[in-house]
Amino acid sequence: MKKLSQERAPIYEALEQFQKMRIVPFDVPGHKRGRGNPELTALLGETCMQMDVNSMKPLDNLCHPVSVIADAERLAAEAFGAAHAFLMVGGTTSAVQSMVMTAVKRGEKIILPRNVHRSVMGAMVLCGAVPVYVNPAGDKRLGIPLGMRTEDVERAIRENPDAKAILVNNPTYYGICSDLRSIVALAHRHGMLCLADEAHGTHFYFGENLPVSAMAAGADMAAVSMHKSGGSLTQSSLLLTGSAMSPGYVRQIINLTQTTSGSYLLLSSLDISRRNLALRGKDAFARVVEMAEYARSEINRIGGYYAYSKELINGDSVYDFDVTKLSVHTRDIGLAGIEVYDLLRDEYDIQIEFGDLGNILAYLSIGDRQREVERLVSALSEVRRRFCRDKSALMDYDYIDPLVVLSPQDAFYGEKESLPLRESAGRICSEFVMCYPPGIPILTPGEQITDEIISYIEYAKQKGCSMTGPEDPQVEHLNVLKGGRK
Amino acid sequence: MNFWFSEKHTPNVKLSIRVDRQLYSGKSEFQRIDVFESPEFGRFLTLDGYMMLTEKDEFIYHEMITHVPMAVHPSVKQVLVIGAGDGGVIQELTRYPEIEHIDMVEIDPLVVEVSRRYLPKTACRLDDERLTIHYEDGLRFIRSCENAYDLIIVDSTDPFGPGEGLFTREFYGNCYKALKEDGIMVNQHESPFYDADAEACKRAHKRIVESFPISRVYQAHIPTYPSGHWLFGFASKKYHPLKDLKETAWNLRGLSCRYYTTTLHKGAFYLPAYVEEMLEDVEGKY
Repeated sequence: MKKLSQERAPIYEALEQFQKMRIVPFDVPGHKRGRGNPELTALLGETCMQMDVNSMKPLDNLCHPVSVIADAERLAAEAFGAAHAFLMVGGTTSAVQSMVMTAVKRGEKIILPRNVHRSVMGAMVLCGAVPVYVNPAGDKRLGIPLGMRTEDVERAIRENPDAKAILVNNPTYYGICSDLRSIVALAHRHGMLCLADEAHGTHFYFGENLPVSAMAAGADMAAVSMHKSGGSLTQSSLLLTGSAMSPGYVRQIINLTQTTSGSYLLLSSLDISRRNLALRGKDAFARVVEMAEYARSEINRIGGYYAYSKELINGDSVYDFDVTKLSVHTRDIGLAGIEVYDLLRDEYDIQIEFGDLGNILAYLSIGDRQREVERLVSALSEVRRRFCRDKSALMDYDYIDPLVVLSPQDAFYGEKESLPLRESAGRICSEFVMCYPPGIPILTPGEQITDEIISYIEYAKQKGCSMTGPEDPQVEHLNVLKGGRK
Repeated sequence: MNFWFSEKHTPNVKLSIRVDRQLYSGKSEFQRIDVFESPEFGRFLTLDGYMMLTEKDEFIYHEMITHVPMAVHPSVKQVLVIGAGDGGVIQELTRYPEIEHIDMVEIDPLVVEVSRRYLPKTACRLDDERLTIHYEDGLRFIRSCENAYDLIIVDSTDPFGPGEGLFTREFYGNCYKALKEDGIMVNQHESPFYDADAEACKRAHKRIVESFPISRVYQAHIPTYPSGHWLFGFASKKYHPLKDLKETAWNLRGLSCRYYTTTLHKGAFYLPAYVEEMLEDVEGKY
């Protein structure tokens, strides 16, 4: 048996070996190596279809790994500096949810910033935990939520000594990091777990001069989106755990909701990507940083745009900044970020990650080339030349402090009625309202609806943001709890 | 010896040229560069295996991309050339004494070096004192130019690989911005014949039409390019390629050409019916 090292990719190797054995399939999937679905095979290619196989002895089983998947997880843990790594096939959503459900149970409190991903709130609806929000500081000019101030976390702990865990975004969608090391120390001093949503931070584990990764900071669990900056297939992800966690219990939690037919396309993509990052990640991310820095300086030269970076660092709510993120403030050219986002796609055939009211984010990764960066910068320059207008027409964004009245679970499953959006002020919302992307909640179940929130929703809709969450897809009605005003 | 260069013009069609010997093969940061010597076409340059020019038919391309705008614009002083590392466009431009300065922006220094060494017939004027060569991405160079040029010639490769950025809306928009109020942009416009080329042709035309008030297409016959039927784009802020043609003035210059004449100039804008229809389809949407 060959020694297990980062040069290896056990799942990929097992799949290759499996192909050579020419096993006759009388098991699922029913397309039988693609033969039963020639159109799909023509689209995806034969190799892809042949790799789409079921769990079996030579390929291990994701629900209870003992051989090649266990080896791949061991290598991933080593590469990420974790005690244990779990390969996930339900997206980082499933990694985040497993992490939350491992840490907190029904009625238990979890301290977290408001700008968490919807998956965190979903986990709370499922498990019945209660959120304690730390108001993320906001940047007035940029209109973006920042990180959590350590003193605010400290206050939340003081006020909620019974909380079980603290969740930190590392980094936020925009690239902003809280002081993770201090927060981990605080959590542990008070007997709480520290969890990190690292959906946007895979590269922290491999690049140089980047913010600290959750495992290096001593966090207990981290959900890492390998398919974002790590290069694996969409929907594949990792859940990392530190030495204080019981891997067996975490596995039990994962198996509550994860498929029993884990896709080998996703699993092998995780395996190969981990190998690539372990062997070549340092250089690859150095190039990404270089490209992002170049793009920032070129975009800032255009005028009107503000591509921000480490100058935002203030030792507190912006403890560190992820320089691979190309976040650009657009309001000074009189366009909302979402408008620039649409123009780039409709006029210039460029798809960026998201636009919110004041900013856009272009996602740079290990697959980018200089020539595409030139296109993006030139297109932004043209957007300004052709569409620039007076900025006074744009609304100011303010952080809206949520008023949590009930646990998300109680509100979501409670007796409810549907009200026109405008008439819902003062009532308790029983569903989510999100702008997507970035998928950060405006309202979550159990929160009181205010006039300010309603105006924000209407403005975001009018600017063309895609609103998701409510039962009414047009978001003209909201589900609220029965029983009148609080 | 049975030594042939072949280029696929479509997945089902290829053009082969018998080769005497290969003079050069190298790889730059951007592309593979080869120069061959052939009995029929003389020396020829290929980039990533695609034909760029042959000594036998390069005059057609270079005369048509240069003299058409030069016979329309009354006073070209500042010129920007994008691509053109082989020097062919520069050779034609330097025949005009009133041109004061030419900026040539070529992404790949190796193309220029190889052309100087192996294609002296086209690269012979790359040392003209009015010429400044900038080795950088054309899209990047033009971003910061405003109201600077009378004429921009886009001598690009095909719209995939390093030349892709030169077929984009952002590039044409930047060209518009870089031109003076009566400036002209001429570009290599692909071929209308085979499907994939026609698609590129339509996309380019659509984006130019969106960016310029006057946008016309003209044609030439270039034997070594796919289908042999090649198009150029004439985009302009003020001058019409036919109504503003300065026929007598240009002929008084006494420039001798092997392909271009002012009579041909007029004819070149009269396109086959299927090409007209294709272009109108694109224009109709805006």
